[in-house]
Amino acid sequence: MSNRPGQSHQLRVGDRPLIKYSLIGITLLLTILLLVVPLISIFQQALVEGVGHYFASLLEGDTLHAIGLTLFVALLTVPINLVFGVMLAWSVTRFEFPGRKLLMTLMDIPFAVSPVVAGLLYLLLYGNNGWIGSWLYDQDIQLMFAWPGIVMVTVFVTCPFVARELIPLMQQQGREDEEAAVILGASGWQLFRRVTLPNIKWALIYGVILTNARAVGEFGAVSVVSGNIRGETNTLPLHVQLQYEDYQAAAAFASASLLALIALITLLFKAYIEWHQEKLMRNESDQEKQVAK
Amino acid sequence: MATHLSVAQARPKHKRVLPGLGLSLGTSLLFISLIMLLPMTGLIMQSVDMGWDEYWYVITNERVVASYKVTLWAAFFASIFNGLFGLLLAWVLVRYEFPGRRVLDALVDLPFALPTAVAGITLATLYSQNGWYGDLLASLGIKVAYTPVGIILAMAFTSIPFVVRTVQPVLEELSPEEEEAGMTLGASDWAVFRRVIFPALWPALMTGIALSFTRSLGEFGAVIFIAGNMPYVSEITSLMIFVSLQEFDFPAASAIASVVLMASLVLLFAINVWQARYLRRLHGR
Repeated sequence: MSNRPGQSHQLRVGDRPLIKYSLIGITLLLTILLLVVPLISIFQQALVEGVGHYFASLLEGDTLHAIGLTLFVALLTVPINLVFGVMLAWSVTRFEFPGRKLLMTLMDIPFAVSPVVAGLLYLLLYGNNGWIGSWLYDQDIQLMFAWPGIVMVTVFVTCPFVARELIPLMQQQGREDEEAAVILGASGWQLFRRVTLPNIKWALIYGVILTNARAVGEFGAVSVVSGNIRGETNTLPLHVQLQYEDYQAAAAFASASLLALIALITLLFKAYIEWHQEKLMRNESDQEKQVAK
Repeated sequence: MATHLSVAQARPKHKRVLPGLGLSLGTSLLFISLIMLLPMTGLIMQSVDMGWDEYWYVITNERVVASYKVTLWAAFFASIFNGLFGLLLAWVLVRYEFPGRRVLDALVDLPFALPTAVAGITLATLYSQNGWYGDLLASLGIKVAYTPVGIILAMAFTSIPFVVRTVQPVLEELSPEEEEAGMTLGASDWAVFRRVIFPALWPALMTGIALSFTRSLGEFGAVIFIAGNMPYVSEITSLMIFVSLQEFDFPAASAIASVVLMASLVLLFAINVWQARYLRRLHGR
């Protein structure tokens, strides 16, 4: 935070008022045009046919089912990726082993792979023609074009988020606290619950919120494996597409507004966590100053 | 990757007191194998089954090649735009204090939090003839929706945060001495930026642009609504896979997907190697 203006009296690049205010102005203008207006237009379009129509389209049977399915998928996905994220972050930040860097690169695969390709990978393996899928078919188990398939691809697409939030933080915090706890005789579970968890709590919560936001909103991968059966395997983002292509724009935007609301809550939460952590850091440095006196 | 491994091994051996290596590493490896690596076997088998001639025929089909070009060019322009806009955003967020800075900082992540399908229908509606922007642009004779420009726009929207979030931390840690020296000696802002600040930023900037490019190559939900999806003109490669699947042409879908997958894996590994290298230089290891 040493770069905050006001702490240094010397002039730095871009501190002259003309440059400063034109850069801020251009940035705000572009952000309003590119981000704020689209966000507002979602809600405007949703309410274009009136509040009554808005709630009526949300309470329609297929929409309610899509909402339910989406929440169900997120409810299964988030805990799976929470456990995986913590395990992965623990192994790569607390130990040195050959292939550690490779493991961290592999973890990023879902970020790099197109969601349509991700969906296809699962369809080829677990679909009726796949080498696992054909065996499952003989056992009368259908994963693709049903909710298990949707959960599987959603887990794939969202699995890096928790680990991605935890790894930089855990690397920065180091392992001294935990090593001290072990030497003092803490068991593995005590160590995690009493020492590690309090330190990573906020990053973990943010990772979960982000995983949830992406799980709720995944489109490309889910659209490949879902089969788009209305009222059965239609998640909310797929339902948005269906309504939009049915020329029910207001209804599509009503469904979309729910997803946008989840996105907004995610952003608010992140802003809150950052504000909270800055306050903690300020308190700590105040205490240090008092001790110094 | 070999260089990184040797660096890791060369570090002083740390006495291992922490528990859970077996459990955490075992779970992670099992998960990655089951969730990421195993599904790739299906694609490989499907592609091998096809035989080389048919595979080559599918991936060099005229319409598919046109989609590669559309996707690559659109992703290129989108990531260049994000390089400039992202650098500007990061600069303004780090260097200046102004009312609404916190809100701006939070808003940057909107494209990551907003489902791509929602972004897609929103942009398509805004830029269509009756939309707020489309109306305005039409009077200037510019058409965005249902053209390749619309694809660039959708790709740029979904990948805005990458450059901001890679450049921001580097900008925050930049020490002011050299910069202030330059300013004291009377060099112009632009000269100091170009000579002192930009050289420190550009590895992070390139990483951000590369991440934005990779993401744009794979973007689907945001693009298909605004693209109009006209063969040879505004079809992206992800859509070609999707169309083949809807025609139950699994071999064709797999062949095209294998090209996309290889391109994204190569990009991912290149970015990681590059990032590790410049991080090492940064920390003087």
